[in-house]
Amino acid sequence: MNSTTTKTAAKGATMTGAQAIIASCEQHGLTHIFGYPGGANIPLFDALLDSSIKLVLSRHEQGAVHMADGYARASGKVGVALVTSGPGATNAITGLLTAHMDSVPLIVICGQTITANLGLDAFQEADVSGISYPVVKHSYLVKDPAQLPRIMKEAFYIASTGRPGPVLIDVPKDVSSAVCHADFTVDMDLPGYQVVQGFDESQIECTASALSTARRPVLLVGHGAIISGAQKEILHLAEKLRVPVVSTLLGKGAFPETHELSLGMLGMHGTAYANYAVRDCDLILSVGSRFDDRITGNPKTFCKNAVKIHIDIDPAEANRQIPVDCFINADAKEAVSALMALAVPGDTAEWVAQVQKWKADFPLTYKQDELSAQLVINTLYRLSGGRAIVTTDVGQHQMWAAQYYKCDDGRSWISSGGAGTMGFGFPAAIGAQLARPEATVLAIVGDGGFQMTEAELSTAMIQKTPVKVIIIDNKYLGMVRQWQDIFFNNRLSGVTMEYNPDFVKLAEAYGMKGFRISQVDEVAPVLSAALAYDGPCIVHAEVTREDNVFPMIPAGADYSGMLLERPKGPVEKPKGST
Amino acid sequence: MNQHNEQHSISLLVSNKPGVLIRIALVFSRRGYNLDSVVVSPTHNSAYSRMNLVARGSKESLNQIIKQLAKLVDVIHVADHTGEDIIEGELLFIKVRCSREQRTELLQIADHFRAKSVDLTDDSITFEATGKTAKLNAFQAMLEQYGILESVRSGKLIMARGTQAT
Repeated sequence: MNSTTTKTAAKGATMTGAQAIIASCEQHGLTHIFGYPGGANIPLFDALLDSSIKLVLSRHEQGAVHMADGYARASGKVGVALVTSGPGATNAITGLLTAHMDSVPLIVICGQTITANLGLDAFQEADVSGISYPVVKHSYLVKDPAQLPRIMKEAFYIASTGRPGPVLIDVPKDVSSAVCHADFTVDMDLPGYQVVQGFDESQIECTASALSTARRPVLLVGHGAIISGAQKEILHLAEKLRVPVVSTLLGKGAFPETHELSLGMLGMHGTAYANYAVRDCDLILSVGSRFDDRITGNPKTFCKNAVKIHIDIDPAEANRQIPVDCFINADAKEAVSALMALAVPGDTAEWVAQVQKWKADFPLTYKQDELSAQLVINTLYRLSGGRAIVTTDVGQHQMWAAQYYKCDDGRSWISSGGAGTMGFGFPAAIGAQLARPEATVLAIVGDGGFQMTEAELSTAMIQKTPVKVIIIDNKYLGMVRQWQDIFFNNRLSGVTMEYNPDFVKLAEAYGMKGFRISQVDEVAPVLSAALAYDGPCIVHAEVTREDNVFPMIPAGADYSGMLLERPKGPVEKPKGST
Repeated sequence: MNQHNEQHSISLLVSNKPGVLIRIALVFSRRGYNLDSVVVSPTHNSAYSRMNLVARGSKESLNQIIKQLAKLVDVIHVADHTGEDIIEGELLFIKVRCSREQRTELLQIADHFRAKSVDLTDDSITFEATGKTAKLNAFQAMLEQYGILESVRSGKLIMARGTQAT
């Protein structure tokens, strides 16, 4: 059916609104749709039966949207989720925020009550367009099925171009049921949507000359570098000019972290050497990072005396947080490629030596003799050869994973950065695995976050996605506990995860393989067994309960205020948010 | 202080679609900004609407807001015309308590501001006035002593001079 649908559709054909939506998804090369049915989207689920697109049935709409998100981040293609009206749609909102904050190309199609009932408080009606406005790149409420081919074409285009983001399409049930003439050759109608093309040559020239004269330059790579596929260009530029590279959380993999010039992640929980380099640099060139508050600490003192140059495809990022000397509004790959052609190496030998010394003097450390989260993650990194796709949840384990699981490739690190959404890691791993079946996918999650979306264990079993779920279980909401410990005199409130399940038994309850790590000497053999296991599995690692992530720059503090270990006395509460 | 209270006159050309106004309003409300006035009207091309907004704030934060507005898919063009030599004006209806004895006096005041009376009763008079905001403010201030019963203003309309697009 699908191939004939596509063929006839090209000339315009008679079909239902639901069929038009699914046909459009096929034309855009979609392989999977993640969804959950309900009264208002039955026509869409019906149309899926005749399609080549595989339906991935989740256990909760949040899970479906995170799966579509993981699919999109791992593949670079648009991910699509399909949910029903009312609570189905509101359950998808967290997923939309997550994708919006991290610039992920996503389409969420919501069923809606019939057009005649809109605004009448009909059963399972919610004004989802209205609710979604602040967390989407764009949204549609479809009133006429004949408009669907154009709307779908625009949705895929808007979601995936420029700075990517989520698009919501609200489809009343009478619209998806109605028969219409669907013409897929229709043009888009987007007079207000422009994607940045080209760049200002003179800015590139200035940047090239500034880079050549800088003595202590740093390259800062972010998610935008990966989205634009600029890894090769960045590698060439850094090597040619001998510039050390620091990465944001979502920029991991934009530059190989095992490279001698890589300093790993900067910012709040970045490496000491990355943060020292940023503190002392005389030029910082950001490629596709948005100077997020996790990175800058106090924006007033961030790289105060350095020349700041910012390449970003989003014009609204210009001087948003940090006033820069030069804002280059361009695609990262194009701009870095042009820079590469013009830049002449300067004298950075002394600086690179200094940075290497910091690297040697202030390495990341953890206690080897106890079952720490760091030991588990570091061993996992070693045993998987650093080649896996890693997804994470949010909290301490996320920061430790960022520190210890070095990424050499883009699209191999999938984490909720901007939104910090707990429950993201595991469903995102399922989506990533479906997008890239050949890859080893590791979901490194905490005991808190995992329990928010653990119902998707069924989905992993149904889809036979061999995701390895590594649960770093300290029976605490560890990051909040860390803040309470350091900044609130260790007055712990609401952070103890009493009655966590036995996650091995939980796995078994779903017919899944479960492994347990409860002492140091089990770490390597159990992780090896899990990595070798053919199928989805859980590794329940019962790690040291009270451990804190360091280094740490308290929120809103200066880089000079970086803590390398737990201060002895009480610490002033941070000025920045969370 | 003054800078934070500076009034900005913003003009937008937007797609004539449902939901556009709320998307634009959200960019302001998210930052806790109040809109002093909003004018939305069709243009000579039915596919587009013109919006004129007046909001207060610092130049930096308004700049950021303008960039966010420009990003909206339904916004074709947006510009802050504050401080530019532009054509601007608004319309005021104002209803004032007015005894028979006060009529002449009030009509003289109105005449001074080139306002005209559009409704007259035994104890009230309603004027229609057009012009720049400052002039309408002055007219309104003059009428205060007589007792203003009601007033409504269109909000500021702006347009670039000559063949230049707004």
